[in-house]
Amino acid sequence: MPDDRELTGTHASGPLLTDQVPGLAAVDELVVSRQSETLDSDDILAKKPLGLLFWFALGWVSLVVILAILANVLPLPNPNFQNYTALNAAPSIHHLLGTDDLGRDLLSRLIYGARVSLIVGFGSVAMGMLIGGTLGLVSGYKGGRLDVSLNAGAFVLLAFPAIVAVIAIVAFWGQSLLKITIIIGVATIPILYRVVRASSLSFANRDFVVAARTLGATSSRIVFREILPNVVPVAVTFGLITVAGVIVIEGSLAFLGLSVPLPTASWGNMISEGASNGNLQTNPYIMIWPVVAMFLLLLSINLIGDRLRQRFDIREGLL
Amino acid sequence: MLRRGGAQTLEFPDVAAPGGHLLEVEDLHTAFRTGRGTVRAVDGVSFTVDRGKTLGIVGESGSGKTVLARSIMGLLPLHDVIRSGTVHFAGHDLTAMEPAQLRQVWGAELSMIFQDPMTALNPVKRIGRQITESLRLHLRMDRSEANATAIELLRQVGIPSPEERIRWYPFQLSGGMRQRVMIAIALACAPRLVMADEPTTGLDVTVQAQILDLLAELQRERHMAVILVTHDLGVVAGRADEILVMYAGRIVERAPTHTLFHDTHMPYTQALMDSIPRLADPSGTRLHAIAGRPPDLIHPPKGCRFAPRCPYVQDRCRESDPPLRTAGSPDHLFACWFPLVNGVSTAPSNGALPSAPPAAVAAAAEDVTNGSDASVGTDTAAPDTGGPTP
Amino acid sequence: MVKYLLRRLLQLAVVAFIISVLVFLLVHLLPGDPATIILGPNDSPHNRAVLFKQLGLNKPLIQQYTTWLTSVFHGNLGESYLDHESVTHIISTGWPIDLELIIISQVIAFAVAIPLALVTSRRPNRPVDNVSTTGTFGMLALPPFVIAPIMVAIFAVGLHWFPATGYVPFTQDPATNLHDMILPSLAITAGSIAVYYRLFRSDLISTLQEDFITMARSKGLSSRWIMWRHAFRPSSFSLLAAAGVNIGALIAGTFIVEYLFALDGLGFSLVAAVNQRDYLVVQGITLVIAIAYVVLQFIIDFVFTVVDPRVTRE
Repeated sequence: MPDDRELTGTHASGPLLTDQVPGLAAVDELVVSRQSETLDSDDILAKKPLGLLFWFALGWVSLVVILAILANVLPLPNPNFQNYTALNAAPSIHHLLGTDDLGRDLLSRLIYGARVSLIVGFGSVAMGMLIGGTLGLVSGYKGGRLDVSLNAGAFVLLAFPAIVAVIAIVAFWGQSLLKITIIIGVATIPILYRVVRASSLSFANRDFVVAARTLGATSSRIVFREILPNVVPVAVTFGLITVAGVIVIEGSLAFLGLSVPLPTASWGNMISEGASNGNLQTNPYIMIWPVVAMFLLLLSINLIGDRLRQRFDIREGLL
Repeated sequence: MLRRGGAQTLEFPDVAAPGGHLLEVEDLHTAFRTGRGTVRAVDGVSFTVDRGKTLGIVGESGSGKTVLARSIMGLLPLHDVIRSGTVHFAGHDLTAMEPAQLRQVWGAELSMIFQDPMTALNPVKRIGRQITESLRLHLRMDRSEANATAIELLRQVGIPSPEERIRWYPFQLSGGMRQRVMIAIALACAPRLVMADEPTTGLDVTVQAQILDLLAELQRERHMAVILVTHDLGVVAGRADEILVMYAGRIVERAPTHTLFHDTHMPYTQALMDSIPRLADPSGTRLHAIAGRPPDLIHPPKGCRFAPRCPYVQDRCRESDPPLRTAGSPDHLFACWFPLVNGVSTAPSNGALPSAPPAAVAAAAEDVTNGSDASVGTDTAAPDTGGPTP
Repeated sequence: MVKYLLRRLLQLAVVAFIISVLVFLLVHLLPGDPATIILGPNDSPHNRAVLFKQLGLNKPLIQQYTTWLTSVFHGNLGESYLDHESVTHIISTGWPIDLELIIISQVIAFAVAIPLALVTSRRPNRPVDNVSTTGTFGMLALPPFVIAPIMVAIFAVGLHWFPATGYVPFTQDPATNLHDMILPSLAITAGSIAVYYRLFRSDLISTLQEDFITMARSKGLSSRWIMWRHAFRPSSFSLLAAAGVNIGALIAGTFIVEYLFALDGLGFSLVAAVNQRDYLVVQGITLVIAIAYVVLQFIIDFVFTVVDPRVTRE
């Protein structure tokens, strides 16, 4: 295991908040790359060919993404259209997955709902990675006061009870897809910052970086040409895992009515509707479809993330 | 002495084994199944070691020497390993043993000193515990007895204030100290044979000498056999009774130490000796490196494995693999069609090749053994070996 | 070591303080206020202004904060604007619920994850391992808001084994209390099991390849001894760190489960209070949550110093 000192490195000891914190340092260690040295570890840690499960996972995610993108073009009934003649209809030719208690087509709602999950999921992580990741990359390499203060900030943000912030901001700002994405995106910043920083730090003291420095490379060149390519695998893998987490968070918020407002479909509020008003008894399909879809999507994303992690030989990160 | 555990306890009589040797390795092969093919790391090795003697096994990285050491003990990974051949130790066949029986041998009769003490010691366990573990397991000591013994062991390996240090963690010690602790652990239960795998690599030169001296002293006291595995000829030069030179998974030369240095037969061995830089050489002297790289052990070449890198290579060498044989003295084995005799290659048409007796060889030999004659003839003695045979 | 821990304590106290300030600002800057909530949006602005002044909300923010902080140090957290329930009372009835949820769910999580990881790390990629891996991924794909309604439907409504709602304090009736808390705890525990299992298993596999494990084997130690006495401890560090983060997230994150099972925990009260702009309740509960988080980190750090000798000595 990398030495704790490696992670706080040669940086000057800063004020209170960022002294060596073994707990947090160990957390950061979790995603730091570890080289496999022997023949044995290759076999045991299974750099095996991407299995059937992986391709299934990739297939499912691709399917969901494609359907979500093409939603407008597909021959789907309007997801919010309430057809009073077909309330709680069972799956049929007209409604492939049936309808809900307000007569809305479930397949259509499912696909449009996928948009919400995907956009919030990937969008917020993209934002978090752009901001948090960049900060972490630079901070890990540079160190010094910048690093110390950013760490302090990240610690406080992580300690902050996020629900309060989310609810408050949603109440303040309003509920829309974009706003939800941004709010959750901001919440992912400290997490992604920490992970990318740990990775960047682990490379900052390696010989090839020192060599580049002695050759006269500027800091920005070193950061972007030497360190960034090495950090990318960790970032991508962890980013993917974070996407899964965000989808869960958005689902939870939607379940409580705090995400995109009804009648817009999202998997979270579909599940919420499906579980209330006795719908579970009268029409379990309302809840079943989004549960299955979300289950498969989360499973797939986690599987892909895990395979990537094995490929890049990254120590198990926080999921 | 009885041992604990397992269905069947093993007896280790003081009498030597059938063949009269403490350790007999017969035709040992060890291969690893990998994605790219089967790597034949040890490809037919046989030798013996007697009580109280020191055997040196020398070879460059990739020669298979570490795998050999572990294979002899049986300390190999659990999957994708193919091992054949036999290893007799003190009258028992290690290769035929159940894991439970092997565990009675390991640590108690046969132990290993690992290369890198920083990684071979458990970083979060006190060193005392790492010593007393073996004592309590094999010798059934109780806690206070084990502690006292551990303190004594630390003292014997030269660690100051052992009563205090016994509670220390590995990271609190220097490299040399850690290696001494490793020796203490390996010797704790008074094994009959100790396998030292690169015990001094990574240590300062002065510390190296101390460690090796310590090992030699303890060996003398306990009448132990030691196998020194190393890439460094200098390590075994003054300390081994017999030396095995390994290349590409095989033994290519085997001789008592003096003979090896004075009457080298293998070009490879000579090249190894040549490559040792000498303090006495004038500055600016080029290093003699052996050109080329060790062969692919998945698909080894047809003929002699050293042929691609041998300065005296002949067609015959590329065609057929020379067997390990003796000529003259029965304890000097070599595997070469055109061995060196008195420093000269017996290969025909070697005019252009630098085959003058390397001064290094003579000088090294002199350092090693006192008062031996340093004269090495240049063009005498008709070869009684080698040469084309029908 | 004592100095080190004291220093950490101080750092963490500062963090708690900062959080209290941030939350204060956050809720006060929200549109709407308790007066509006209490009187309803249709009441006259005059009445609203009067109530506003009565509640002391017209004073400058800094003054409001310092007043609050001082009264906190005197042990008075104020009361709800809406029903005048004392904040201290809300907290004191709420925290046992959260604590219990966390304890039960984490105990179950460790009790499942650790043994399973110990078993599967010895033989990776065999059937048991593959099944466990898929199973735990499945658990990750079933968040609380999905599992809870399903469990309620099956176990409460369908089989009548457990109640869908209801809570009896532990001190009052331990048996019923535990019985009622099982479903909510299970809803939370799945994610934790998955995280801990995968982390511990992965670390064990890595540790088992270290040199010192081979050396331990060469001493003749049995596999079981090696697993428990050599491999367990070094592999547990990241598990400990992850537990810190996971539980930290759970401290405030139990609120979905509280909502679904009608438990009057801090999470639920907090969300309700934010919605109702019940400032004092929000501030009080947040302070408690922040302190709990900080104490948790401190405990984890402390355990680290015990478990990893390198921490304070290097």
